[in-house]
Amino acid sequence: MKILYNEPSPLETRVLSRRFGLENSERLDTYLATGGFEAFRKALEIGPDQIISEVKTSALRGRGGAGFPTGMKWSFVPRNHPKPRYIIVNADESEPGTCKDRLLMEYDPYQLLEGMLIAGIAVDSRKGYIYVRGEYRYLITHLERVVEEAYSRGYLGKNVAGTGFEFDVYLHSGAGAYECGEETALLDSLEGKRGIPRMKPPFPAVSGAWQSPTLLNNVETFSAVPHIILNGGQWFAGLGTPKNGGTRLVCISGHVNKPGVYELPLGYPMLKAIYEVAGGIPGGRKLKAVIPGGSSCPVLRAAECDLAMDYDSLAKAGSMLGSGGMVVMDETTDMVRAALRIMAFYQHESCGWCIPCREGTAWLRKMLARLDAGIGTPADIDLVGELSKNMLGRTFCALGDAAAMPTISIVEKFRDEFEAKLQSYAAAGLVQVG
Amino acid sequence: MAELVTLTIDGAQVQAEKGALLIDVCKARGIEIPAFCYYEGLALQAACRMCLVEVEKMPKLQPGCTLPVAEGMVVKTDTPVIHEARKSMLEFLLANHPLDCPVCDKGGECELQDMTFRYGLGESRFLENKHHVDEQQWSPVVFFDRPRCILCYRCVRICDEGVGVDALGVVQRGVVSAIAPSHGDHLECDECGMCIDICPVGALTSGMYRYKTRPWEMNHVGTICTHCSNGCKTTLGVRGGQVIRANNRDHSGINGEFLCVKGRFGWDFVNSTERAQSPMLRTNGRLEPVSWSRALMTVARKLNEVKQRGGRVGFIASNHTSNEENYYLQKLARQGLRSNNIDHHRTGDVVTLIDALAGRTDALATVADLYAAKASLVIASDLAQQQPLLHFQLRANWRHHRSRTYVVTPGPVRERKFAVKSLHAEPGRELDAVESLRDDLSKEPELVILFGDAIQGDAVRRLVAFGDSLGIPVKYVCLLDYSNSRGAIDMGLAPGLLPGYRPVAEAGLEPGMTIAEMLADASLDVLWVVGANPLRNARLAAENAFVVVNEMFLAETAQRADVIFPAASAYEKEGTVTNVCGEVQSLKKALKVMGAKTDLEIFGLVAAEMGIDLGPFQPGAVFEEIRREVRGYNVSLPVIATGGAAQSVPLNGRVPALTRAELIQSARDTLFTSGTLGRYSKNLTSVLEHPGKLYASGIETP
Repeated sequence: MKILYNEPSPLETRVLSRRFGLENSERLDTYLATGGFEAFRKALEIGPDQIISEVKTSALRGRGGAGFPTGMKWSFVPRNHPKPRYIIVNADESEPGTCKDRLLMEYDPYQLLEGMLIAGIAVDSRKGYIYVRGEYRYLITHLERVVEEAYSRGYLGKNVAGTGFEFDVYLHSGAGAYECGEETALLDSLEGKRGIPRMKPPFPAVSGAWQSPTLLNNVETFSAVPHIILNGGQWFAGLGTPKNGGTRLVCISGHVNKPGVYELPLGYPMLKAIYEVAGGIPGGRKLKAVIPGGSSCPVLRAAECDLAMDYDSLAKAGSMLGSGGMVVMDETTDMVRAALRIMAFYQHESCGWCIPCREGTAWLRKMLARLDAGIGTPADIDLVGELSKNMLGRTFCALGDAAAMPTISIVEKFRDEFEAKLQSYAAAGLVQVG
Repeated sequence: MAELVTLTIDGAQVQAEKGALLIDVCKARGIEIPAFCYYEGLALQAACRMCLVEVEKMPKLQPGCTLPVAEGMVVKTDTPVIHEARKSMLEFLLANHPLDCPVCDKGGECELQDMTFRYGLGESRFLENKHHVDEQQWSPVVFFDRPRCILCYRCVRICDEGVGVDALGVVQRGVVSAIAPSHGDHLECDECGMCIDICPVGALTSGMYRYKTRPWEMNHVGTICTHCSNGCKTTLGVRGGQVIRANNRDHSGINGEFLCVKGRFGWDFVNSTERAQSPMLRTNGRLEPVSWSRALMTVARKLNEVKQRGGRVGFIASNHTSNEENYYLQKLARQGLRSNNIDHHRTGDVVTLIDALAGRTDALATVADLYAAKASLVIASDLAQQQPLLHFQLRANWRHHRSRTYVVTPGPVRERKFAVKSLHAEPGRELDAVESLRDDLSKEPELVILFGDAIQGDAVRRLVAFGDSLGIPVKYVCLLDYSNSRGAIDMGLAPGLLPGYRPVAEAGLEPGMTIAEMLADASLDVLWVVGANPLRNARLAAENAFVVVNEMFLAETAQRADVIFPAASAYEKEGTVTNVCGEVQSLKKALKVMGAKTDLEIFGLVAAEMGIDLGPFQPGAVFEEIRREVRGYNVSLPVIATGGAAQSVPLNGRVPALTRAELIQSARDTLFTSGTLGRYSKNLTSVLEHPGKLYASGIETP
């Protein structure tokens, strides 16, 4: 029997994660015994238009981080195109602080397959790919077994579940690049090329994999689809707040007593998530800051955390819901060190395609390392903010923004920590300031 | 007519073709949008982010290099935000770029330098250590200084898209990502140096040019490459009487940005230490240096003596000498010595083609046609090896216009990568293969046929008949080997033809001897060889013949000479040459090599010494005579004078072509060989691929 990564919380609304913890939850029999493939059959009955309409009604938004309305994305895929259509699952879960897709693939892979099948019906596609991040090597083996079982039991292939619907699923492993979570870089990588982002337009919906119409979504997005079809878009939308349908698998990490992945409805109060769902901060220490949705989001100060966790509320607070990777930082956290760690990650992951991201992240990493060591002047702190702003919005893809946004927010909100570091080193006679 | 849209750029209403790129539209209006990665004709990258502009209703700055213009678009290219963006982008670029401009080859013609001057910050705010990697040598001609590289990917694209070699790629990622040869540490490629030429900074440098000079210390002389028949324009960089580099600096001429390894690096024969720099006279069996006057007098006396006693004189002319020299030489032979024993190494059957086309003026393709034609057919030639510019043109035509190429060759060639149909044809069976393409070809709207020396004599007539029977407009290119192979036959360097393809009978002469006949004629009294090396693989039957040689190098034929005139190369003279497509272009004198004279001067001085008047021997005066006298050569002077190419159109009234198939044979030079010139170019003989191989395109290997 498998052990869950974390004990579930009674405060959760378990929809996508409802099979987590069941014995053999990843097996087809378990899936079938708990309502599996009912949504698929229903989807075949109601047909593409109705499927897309339900997904639209559900107010489901992309769970990868950008939060684009899923129903709208599906409606962009031309169904009567001369080229084949592809369904692609983005399982390149790489945003620091995010660890939900692996659970969905490990504990309920059939839910994902069913979501792909329904998407296949919606855009008249016969082929799907699951692009799994290179570091999730063990999941590839696991998914291979699942796909094999699905084929041998007739739930993939020429005649899915005896319905005459044809659908094939292929697995593809990444090679360990954050950039390949960007949908177009993922497509290049999938096609066997160097993983660098493509120019948009054309968008993948029109010209994606092998220049064919492509429906590309996150694991969690696809996993939500069977529930939407089975219970109706209205029901799913009702779980969350207006325009923010459903639940999210929130990955709470950092300074909390019970870190883990919790399924919470959209619009859930952030402080309640930290203090009740995740058991609060160890040692009763005070909250200092929160990264709300993966390391690319602007950091929130403790005082800014009294808000509802949905796309729009977080946008209003100047941050993002992102990928659901919530990192809690208590009063002991060194924010300069945090900024450095974040920049080190993006510098390492920058694909190098465009100048501002390639050079900007490298420069900023060097500067932050220097400031972290207490070497520098107040003007250097300004320069960190300025260089980040020079990257922001000017890079080829969003990776540059992802590196810039948290840095800008940390410099703005925690400038005193940078200054203190410079002062203390100067006071110790280690360096001269000014 | 393409649909037009109206947009606003910097407050002005502009009409432009719908879908045109903003950067191009701005350029046409005189508004510069700076860019490194954008390069006209190559794939779009949007990587350097220099071209960001403000577009109304778009929240972020937009790259002008990938933005198609649309109706009602409002664009600003000159705002504080954009200035600031350009500044910051250059600041990022310079972070790891070494500021070694004072020793960098590119200094003075560096795009990064220019942009920094125009748009950049005055001072650097980067205090950290720069990322450094040692310089690498990828081939004898290509060096890579990685820290200078700004990763604009132009080199990768020109190699892959432009040349079709794909020798460069990108390795690693992020700040350490780097351009690298696909063979890891070295290049196995065409060694064309296009990557060096296209590099906006000093990252890719030329093994021949590096650390030699600053660009402003050279004279830049635009002339025509003296190697193959394609006639690329090349700008020689000359300093202190030495050629230091060649590139087509202003991208003018029929080749635009293109040059192959020979054009770019094969100029060093000019300054070879083995150049003949003094006339030589055989004295007591040995060649001894003598004065010009002594050598000229000796030859003139000999010729006059032989002429008076009715002896036999033969001339073997060159594929490299100018039209003026060729014209003057045949005048010297025919008018001066009443001899029709004049020939040159013929490398393609132009004569039969001109005859078969029977006076049609629109059936000879230009180099530009190869880029514009909807379809083309290549027969029996490895274009990428033998006709590099023509290959580049066909490839560019396919890349930009999806033109359709058909290939009939005895082995794999690079065009097969993009050809719609490629057929294998054993030598002699080419036309059968061509016949099997009839259905496909007759469906094309138009066609250019390029054929090598395997198609000659009657086969040329059958090919033209085939072209006629397709019922579509067809143009032809008869492929030739060398820089003025076409001009040699146009100027009548053949025993049966006067200049302009007139039969010799018009001049009241009998056809003379061919090269083979001259070499085999035991009673030959004088043989004058001009810029050719017939004795490399043949014997001169007339053991007592007096041999005069105009040469740059003491190659096999010169070793047999009684008198050697040290000749100037094409880079040391004025005049015109005619390329494979019949396009006349102007040579510009780039330098003077001590001791050598141009062949025109040599002919003129010998004639004067002999006491015969053949007219002035200045290139301009002779060209005027050619324009008057030679059919098809009444070309536009302004076009030629401004560095352009004017196609000569030889009209033909069905003259007997007197083609002897066995006399027409290509020398089968590859990209890395070029007859005698190639042997004396260390640059060419140093490349790893030397001497290259025909019909061995690597495309079959995985």
